[in-house]
Amino acid sequence: MTTVDYVLRLGDDALVTAQRFGAWYAAGPEMEEDVALANIALDQLGAARLLLTYAGELEGAGRDEDALAYQRDAAAFRNCRLVEQPEPDFGVVIAKLLLLSAFQLPLYDALAGAGDERLAAIAGKARKESAYHLDHSTLWTLRLGDGTGESHQRMQAAIDGLWPYTGGLFVGEGGPVAFADLRTHWSSTVEEVLTRATLTVPETVAEPTGERKHLVELLAEMQELHRAHPGARW
Amino acid sequence: MTAREAVATVVDPELRVVTIAELGILRDVETDDRGHVTVTITPTYTGCPAMDVIREDIGAALRAAGHADHNVQTVFAPAWSTDWISPEGRAKLAAAGIAPPGPSKSVTLTIAVRCTHCGSPETEQLSRFGSTACKALWRCRTCGEPFDAIKAY
Repeated sequence: MTTVDYVLRLGDDALVTAQRFGAWYAAGPEMEEDVALANIALDQLGAARLLLTYAGELEGAGRDEDALAYQRDAAAFRNCRLVEQPEPDFGVVIAKLLLLSAFQLPLYDALAGAGDERLAAIAGKARKESAYHLDHSTLWTLRLGDGTGESHQRMQAAIDGLWPYTGGLFVGEGGPVAFADLRTHWSSTVEEVLTRATLTVPETVAEPTGERKHLVELLAEMQELHRAHPGARW
Repeated sequence: MTAREAVATVVDPELRVVTIAELGILRDVETDDRGHVTVTITPTYTGCPAMDVIREDIGAALRAAGHADHNVQTVFAPAWSTDWISPEGRAKLAAAGIAPPGPSKSVTLTIAVRCTHCGSPETEQLSRFGSTACKALWRCRTCGEPFDAIKAY
């Protein structure tokens, strides 16, 4: 039996990522990358909508995708901390996409063949998109990591800065695939890419805890319109 | 006009030269004993923003053909693939300057994307993502012109 929290975790990871990457649609290093990040944000948003709709149905309290996206406070969000981290530069965007898609791809692959029919259908579509995201972030990681001294240094700093939050990817269960089971696969994918990009794989450290002010800020922006005008439509 | 014929005329809002039937988005059109029409569609990409417009266009086509009593449902499995684009659809895309996709499972086999202007196989990808979720941006090294290509998916 799949739990509401399990589906919320998947949906919130995708929703928060969509909100973060959507902010880059006119801020990338080149126009092609603006288009790429907007497309990736759209893929994540598409998955988020399906997952949140399903979570609402599982919960059975009458909440739809909009209620779950716009009317929950940060404390009720189940996403991992990695996705909510701010992106002060493009290297952090690419590092985050690499670390996340190396997790989402085997996750959706496994869910596509696992016991929950609804999750299997969603994952069956999302996995093709995740494969493209992983491919895209791998190419950029190689280009930046094995590029100039400046790009190498900034890409390494991006990986180092996000690394403490990667442990949170593997926390959680309650569905047909335990997140912890994906760690070995994830590690080998990420380490292979980082090594080829001449980057150093950081040491594993405990994930920072405490107040999630980045998520609070992100939600304040994302939910402002809906909270000011409940039920408003375009 | 039957409900199926009416729905089959609906074109994709982002690739207006092909119908949703030719793209493989249209799964099924069923009319029950009471004349209620159920249309089943499937999205190309999970976040494809054209789906709402497609639903509205299907409704308009059905109403115009006298089938006001209908609903449109969306299914996700089996997942859509570019392999579902019909030969007619591929020909129409190519004629409109959009290179049709190669086989979606071409892991070991790379088929050159041909320039839609001059037909040259000497092409290169400019951007992996294009103006819609299903397209990438390419350029011809022979004639120098850029063109859109449907991503194998």
